[in-house]
Amino acid sequence: MNGPHDMGGMHNLGPIPIEENEPVFHSEWEAKVFAMSFATFGNYFPVDETRHASERMPPGKYLSSRYYERWLYALELLLTEHDLLTQSEIEERMAQLAQADTPSS
Amino acid sequence: MSSHNQQPDADIALRVKAIESLLIEKGIIDPAAIDTIIDAYEHRIGPHNGARIVAKAWVDSEFKQRLLADGTSAIAEMNLTGFSSEHMVVVENTPEVHNLIVCTLCSCYPWAILGLPPTWYKSFAYRSRAVIDPRGVLREFGLEIPEEVAVRVWDSNADLRYLVLPERPVGTETMTESELASLVTRNAMIGTAKVQLPSSPHEQAA
Repeated sequence: MNGPHDMGGMHNLGPIPIEENEPVFHSEWEAKVFAMSFATFGNYFPVDETRHASERMPPGKYLSSRYYERWLYALELLLTEHDLLTQSEIEERMAQLAQADTPSS
Repeated sequence: MSSHNQQPDADIALRVKAIESLLIEKGIIDPAAIDTIIDAYEHRIGPHNGARIVAKAWVDSEFKQRLLADGTSAIAEMNLTGFSSEHMVVVENTPEVHNLIVCTLCSCYPWAILGLPPTWYKSFAYRSRAVIDPRGVLREFGLEIPEEVAVRVWDSNADLRYLVLPERPVGTETMTESELASLVTRNAMIGTAKVQLPSSPHEQAA
């Protein structure tokens, strides 16, 4: 697939972000996205399909998102395409969780 | 790393939490398995595995020959084969050749041997430039490769992953295999660093 992921040889993508002693994950959500992807990889979709899913991210979005945001995109796409989850379930659950987090409730 | 278009962390965290709770509810993921996976990659799987392979190759020339001829089988001898490291090619640094590993398409990397890749390995800057200006990239890591030394860049893919066998530093002749392993860094096994002796003033003075 000929998309923005095929980056070898592109110019102007800036200096290399070298971080001393960086943690394996930079936040809890990164760790969860990784682990949920890992856990579903083998059981529900082969690795090649997960790669292809992240490569289907629209180019503008691909170029402006962080690494685990791209994983999240692929995970969500595969979960919904395989009818394991629907977008509306995700949106509803987000609304519920947001409400539960509000101190006044 | 920052960009104007990124979603705020709180929004993403909420989205991830929603997906997680739904997947648990539907029995698609097991929360204990999620914790085990995170713990494994945070604490157990990492560059110390690769360092053992390198140190063994430095002290055992027959193992080194097998490692360079068929990395997959030699690594299996050490029981270090694992997810994302099923097919391995090991490339040797010498006074004539310096090797550098990249995955231009994304982030393929020998997880079982080096753990998960660092942010810089996954960055657009490294992915794009390692193949077109490797010497410039290495300079950003503080590594100047002399013109007479060839630089070879290996582009990983989902089916085949690479490991650099760095040069053994001079002055390590009396060190044991495990002492040698402690010198080997992640970056040295990707090719963005060389293995250095620890600068210990006491030892140098002795």
